[in-house]
Amino acid sequence: MLKVVGLSKVFNPGTVNEKAALNDLSLTLNNGDFVTVIGGNGAGKSSLLNAIAGTWKPDSGKIYIDDIDVTNMPEYKRAKFLGRVFQDPMMGTAATMGIEENLALAKRRGKHRGLKWGIKNAEREEYRKLLASLDLGLEDRLTNKVGLLSGGQRQALTLLMASLQKPKLLLLDEHTAALDPKTAQKVLQISDRIVEENNLTTLMITHNMRDAIAHGNRLIMMNEGKIILDVSGEEKKNLTVKDLMSFFSSTSGQEFANDKTLLA
Amino acid sequence: MNIFNLLNTMPGAIAQGLIWGIMAIGVYITYKILDIADLTVDGSICTGGAVCVMMMMRGHSVAVSLLVSILAGMLAGLVTGIFHTLMGIPAILSGILTQLALYSINLKIMGRANQAISARNFKVLISLQYLKGVPWYQNTLLIVSIFVIILIAILYWFFGTELGCSLRATGCNINMSRAQGINTNLNKIIGLMFSNGIVALSGALLTQYQGFADVQMGRGAIVIGLAAVIIGEAVIGRHFRNFAAQLISVAIGGVIYYIVYQTVIWLGIDTDLLKMLSALVVALFLAIPYWKSKFRRNTLKTEGGNQNA
Repeated sequence: MLKVVGLSKVFNPGTVNEKAALNDLSLTLNNGDFVTVIGGNGAGKSSLLNAIAGTWKPDSGKIYIDDIDVTNMPEYKRAKFLGRVFQDPMMGTAATMGIEENLALAKRRGKHRGLKWGIKNAEREEYRKLLASLDLGLEDRLTNKVGLLSGGQRQALTLLMASLQKPKLLLLDEHTAALDPKTAQKVLQISDRIVEENNLTTLMITHNMRDAIAHGNRLIMMNEGKIILDVSGEEKKNLTVKDLMSFFSSTSGQEFANDKTLLA
Repeated sequence: MNIFNLLNTMPGAIAQGLIWGIMAIGVYITYKILDIADLTVDGSICTGGAVCVMMMMRGHSVAVSLLVSILAGMLAGLVTGIFHTLMGIPAILSGILTQLALYSINLKIMGRANQAISARNFKVLISLQYLKGVPWYQNTLLIVSIFVIILIAILYWFFGTELGCSLRATGCNINMSRAQGINTNLNKIIGLMFSNGIVALSGALLTQYQGFADVQMGRGAIVIGLAAVIIGEAVIGRHFRNFAAQLISVAIGGVIYYIVYQTVIWLGIDTDLLKMLSALVVALFLAIPYWKSKFRRNTLKTEGGNQNA
């Protein structure tokens, strides 16, 4: 499904801000894998997702999606394979456009956009049903501007948009980090349901170890641009937060110094 | 100060306002929809006028001349778009570069700094002499209004299509647009071409109306365009959500601008100062949303303080 081989990226090379974000990283995802990604600040989690999404080109390495080499494919072309939800709820939707218009934009991901109407009447019924399934009362607000929605509503809508045109790979970049705990749980539930219903291969970054253990079938831990732990199946189910913490400090020689992680 | 003198200038002010309203609709596409301040328009409005004059002087019909003017304007937009997207130059600077280049090009098109085209010798579509004393169907006010209505109808349709929606998304949230598979660079180029095509059309109409094209005619055009967009939004646009209503309000914004302009002249203000006054008025209107948000933040802070206390 997804194959990443020897991926490296250095930001600001040759300056005092030089930062090796990815360090010869390789990763293969199988069809239907739901992988949670954890790691300290600056471990390269978001860099990995951005490299896959094509936000920038890696210095070296290759990225394949379904055996198609996408390493040099521009971000907008690659989008036809990918569903994405960002950490910032503002980033995934067009605020000045209506809910139905946002969904219609997502419905045409990877398709030719011509001079046909941007949204058809038949679509509205489909969107109404999908929005009703979120149970957030959005089904009666189809023409409302997305800018009027709360962060949680926006993330739920973005999830819907990411899955409307079934992606080969769903990328969730700490998509609950900006939400209050209750809303975050709700959005995680919706994520689980959407992934399951569509049988989506998923890569989900989280800074919450409990969430990383509770969701998905596989867990990877990153440090300094590399994968330092990759567990799946029964072994992952039996993991505890304590296991992860002690593994991290013994492997990296540092404490998992992130208040958010400890307090979550 | 005879009020009838002022009233006599009104048909002309309205006609000119509508022609500049067309130009402002072009500015609306870049400034409001694509979120780009495109300064190409100062040059492309003159390009439209210059092409129209030269085509008509060589005996081409008004229709063909207008069409070629629009194409010339679109070409100017394409150049700005290429500067911005393929060459990575900031949008404002891209527009300024094209605008400067167009100054030479406009001189070359006309062969000199200005070219006259009088309504007596040419079959022009509109003219300041056709404001009265002509059959109603030749009245300049009517013809310009028809242009405005057709233009708004076309844009209303276009921005409802899949491509048009993707253009609006590009201006609203470029990251989201790319994530949804939208070619944002191509969309910016299309938007700039549309915008400058419309601006060139207004230049071609303005040239026929005033009876000449002049290499200086575009100086400060962007400010008039922005003024029309802002005035239209403040007076009418903010009361409606419909896209067509927004575009109509821009055209009316142009009319209001020229009515005020004529009134100021009638009041006897030194005409040398008019551009400065225009610039100050636009600056003031651009500052209002900023001040408003600042004021709101301050009040919020106080409210929070009271609650915490």
